[in-house]
Amino acid sequence: MSMLSEKLPQGMQDAIQPEENAPGRAAEAVLLVVALALGFGGLAMVGYSLEDRLPDGFWTEVLVLSALSLTAHIVLRIRAPYADQVILPAVMLLNTMSLAMITRLEMAGMRGADAGRHLMWTSLSIAVACVLLLVLRDHRVLRKYTYTVMVAALVLVILPLIPKLGQEINGAKIWINVAGFSLQPAEFAKILFAVFFAGYLVANRDTLALAGKKVLGLQLPRLRDLGPILVVWAVSLMVLVGQKDLGTSLLFFGLFVGMLYLATERGGWVAIGMSMFVVGAFVAWTIFSHVQARVEIWLNPLDPELIEREFGGSYQIVQGMFGMAFGGMFGAGWGEGYSSRIPFAFSDMIYAAFGEELGLTGLLAILLVYLAIVQRGLRAAIGVRDGFGKLLAGGLAFVMALQLFVVVGGITRVIPLTGLTLPFMAQGGSSLLANWIVIALLLRISDAARRPSALPTRGQLATPPMNSGPSTDGAIEVGPGASTADRAAARQSMPSPSDEVTQMHVPIRNDGGDQA
Amino acid sequence: MSELTFTLLRLGYLVLLWVFVLSAVAVLRRDLAGPRTARKRRRRPEPATAGGPPQGQAPAAPAPVMSAGPRSGAPTRLVVVAGPLTGTTIPLTQSGILIGRAPSCTLVLDDDYSSSRHARIYPQGNQWYVEDLGSTNGTYMNDQRIQGIVPMPPGVGVQIGQSVVELQG
Repeated sequence: MSMLSEKLPQGMQDAIQPEENAPGRAAEAVLLVVALALGFGGLAMVGYSLEDRLPDGFWTEVLVLSALSLTAHIVLRIRAPYADQVILPAVMLLNTMSLAMITRLEMAGMRGADAGRHLMWTSLSIAVACVLLLVLRDHRVLRKYTYTVMVAALVLVILPLIPKLGQEINGAKIWINVAGFSLQPAEFAKILFAVFFAGYLVANRDTLALAGKKVLGLQLPRLRDLGPILVVWAVSLMVLVGQKDLGTSLLFFGLFVGMLYLATERGGWVAIGMSMFVVGAFVAWTIFSHVQARVEIWLNPLDPELIEREFGGSYQIVQGMFGMAFGGMFGAGWGEGYSSRIPFAFSDMIYAAFGEELGLTGLLAILLVYLAIVQRGLRAAIGVRDGFGKLLAGGLAFVMALQLFVVVGGITRVIPLTGLTLPFMAQGGSSLLANWIVIALLLRISDAARRPSALPTRGQLATPPMNSGPSTDGAIEVGPGASTADRAAARQSMPSPSDEVTQMHVPIRNDGGDQA
Repeated sequence: MSELTFTLLRLGYLVLLWVFVLSAVAVLRRDLAGPRTARKRRRRPEPATAGGPPQGQAPAAPAPVMSAGPRSGAPTRLVVVAGPLTGTTIPLTQSGILIGRAPSCTLVLDDDYSSSRHARIYPQGNQWYVEDLGSTNGTYMNDQRIQGIVPMPPGVGVQIGQSVVELQG
């Protein structure tokens, strides 16, 4: 054991509290079992209701997913023992339920629904998430690559516009063709943008928050500080114009404005962002016919002429509405609805398909599960001690909530329908993989947030620095037997490129000066 | 499959779905309630604090000197006995403890009545001392505002903002 335990008598060791030993993650295990039971139960019911037998590949799926869940659980126990216990089961539930739904649509003979492929992508995504958790030991490492990541994100956004590489499917140019697979680079760009914004804002938030004058109670930023927000606005407009993708452009811009607000706590930024969005959206509406069509079918979906329209008509949204209406309160039951009649019921419209089979009761449960994931992300953002981690976790959680709102709002006609995918539910490799990466990052940050720390934080107890003071060479050895407090101390004194800055920015709130 | 079984299964599925949601919410709630360890732990009858912790700005009320008796030897920890952080314990080392609102302090107080670097508690020889670092609202021991450096015997409450800390064996 290391110096800490030698120096302190036994009584003091338990004075350090609050959690000396890594928690057992029992809650996660139990919830995982329930989640898998729900997924597999849905699958079995689909089979029995449609063909009176278990669906093909039922046992393969059970085996593969159980093994993967177990692996993920064990990886978390070893590499992120303090990470949040609700996130993994919640995501697993959504993913297995979507597998059941896509199997159901495939069995009903729907073109495009491919449960085998979905299972493959699910497995790959979980594996990638596990590897990420194993490799990435500290999320602060990502901060080193702030600007590299920005370039990569811009490249990803532009990729679909390159003639040979890009593919136009259903009017939107958001796919690229790599080795026979269609990928949506924007899904990955979303993560990279979150990393870039976090790194950028943590360094610049003071300028953005404090400079500028007050107008009507709003702290307005200086004109020259508007540069970055203008750039992001331009990029999202470019996505809107060049790729005809309303949803993604909304997502990028919303992510930036949301994170700007998180970083600066200035409502002025939100006001500016919203007005810029309104202006951009209005201009897009006047210029582009596809935007006009979206608004038209949003306002009058039941217009017979619009339903009949060959391209860009409201048939899809109307079928979804009928589906959800048929589902009613408690749903038709797995496999009993007519969800294969909803166009793209396996991807864009999967929420409507769930509404038909599980009813409002099921839909609300699904929404609550999403809400739980988002809440856990925001909780991790509150708990974590470095500004970069706070912004990254907050941004990732926010973008997931925003995406959920845009998709569900589009299907339920709160806002015009856009082409975004429901995270973890829609069939599509890029979306699945990207969102599992988001989950891995959130788990990593939440592990850092909940780990007992040697650094003092607001309202928590702290151990005083040991004699040597903060080490700068990082040569602290943590043996396998060292207590968690040792590990925490060693972690905290690990040199990281961002240490100086993060230390200065420990509380994300600006407390209005330090003098009492 | 008969109609009845299917209906039961269909509703049972929804029930199980909500069981999942509610148990997830239960886990979240446990987390929202915050760490309860500290509050449970620290309620042993303590002569020094038996008179009830002082509220708000009022200077430390208990007569502290008498509790120094039963504990022999050097103090081993600093305990917060009143204020929002009641129950927080910090093991003592040779390096001393800095108390205040600044994140760089050893004990960080979220308290408007405390200064960012409010006071320091450190050992010299066999004795512990408390030093007021020029705080705005002062540091009090035995109802008196301390000036400069003062010896701090174990069991004596020292008031910093809304919190009272003391050394214990």
